[in-house]
Amino acid sequence: MTGGIGSPLLWRWHITMATSIFHRVSIFGLYLSALLLAGWLLSLAGGPGSYAVYTGVLGSPLGLLVLFGLTFTLFFNLAYNVRQAFWDMGKGFKLAQANAGSVAIIAFAAATTLAFWAVLFILGVL
Amino acid sequence: MVQLALPKNSRVQKGRHHPAPAGAKNVKTFRIYRYDPEGNENPRWDTYDVDVDACGPMVLDVLIHIKNEVDPTLAFRRSCREGVCGSCAMNIGGRNTLACTHGHDETHGSACQISPLPHMPVVKDLIPDLTMFYAQYASVEPWLHTETPEPQKEWRQTPEDREKLDGLYECILCACCSTSCPSYWWNGDKYLGPAALLHAYRWLIDSRDEATGERLDDLEDPFKLYRCHTIMNCAQVCPKGLNPAKAIAEIKKMLVDRVV
Repeated sequence: MTGGIGSPLLWRWHITMATSIFHRVSIFGLYLSALLLAGWLLSLAGGPGSYAVYTGVLGSPLGLLVLFGLTFTLFFNLAYNVRQAFWDMGKGFKLAQANAGSVAIIAFAAATTLAFWAVLFILGVL
Repeated sequence: MVQLALPKNSRVQKGRHHPAPAGAKNVKTFRIYRYDPEGNENPRWDTYDVDVDACGPMVLDVLIHIKNEVDPTLAFRRSCREGVCGSCAMNIGGRNTLACTHGHDETHGSACQISPLPHMPVVKDLIPDLTMFYAQYASVEPWLHTETPEPQKEWRQTPEDREKLDGLYECILCACCSTSCPSYWWNGDKYLGPAALLHAYRWLIDSRDEATGERLDDLEDPFKLYRCHTIMNCAQVCPKGLNPAKAIAEIKKMLVDRVV
């Protein structure tokens, strides 16, 4: 669209559109996770002092919230890419399948994230 | 490149209000995008309180009623009024559809909002400029390419091969799908869009066509085909119930199949 008058971008989102866009967001989540992991290794290499500071920040309520969110994006990304593999084979394109798949991806990501953190609590890691 | 905020001259302002006639019992409000290319004013939202008992059941009936009885300056495309021609494609209640097959009682919320197909240049009111859309359709060369001598009667194919065209040939080129696609909003000048790609696949899969290789060569491009990220808006809104996303996936499979 160049020059002239452009029509407004009005859209009521479909669930397939929401999951597609959150998939993009989840990729940024994975980048951030990789950076945090690299930071963790660097802090470890830096000695007990820097390690304590780093894990202290990540272990604070805000840090835990960020890690919780990143866990969700990780599981979401995993499930979405499994669905994408079916799509790449040309399967699951009927609207009912695509919509149900999107619901399943969200449900899987939520359930596995909660289960993962429950295990951390049960094992006493946190 | 998509513009999330409309440029200053395209921002939609508050417009005029057209009240319902006295004595109207069943009144519904329609919020309609208006733009007059001959004035210097920005587009505006005009509201029309319409006595829906006085018009037919579809959104197109309401638009025709407004044009005939309330405001003759309203401009929109329409022709067949039965979902065959694709002229009256527009955005109704935040989704693209055909005004002639969409009931005004199906709309979302208290007021029914009607605007042109999203992220397109506007000619006037509800009429988008589809020049690029048609050029993209023409670019896939939507006709039979053959090298073998023409048969005496017709080019024949088996019923099974003919069946492969079902779900593809029915496309009426209304542009609901392409203008629903965020990738098309972003890269509408380089990405062919769901409609043109559905037609590309219709000719790729046709057993009588002999230019499959050339057609695939033309589509093997980072933008023309591969900007499809299976967002699925195309299939969600197609008023004919077709599935361009599936057709695009099949083209991607054909491109993989010929190199492995």
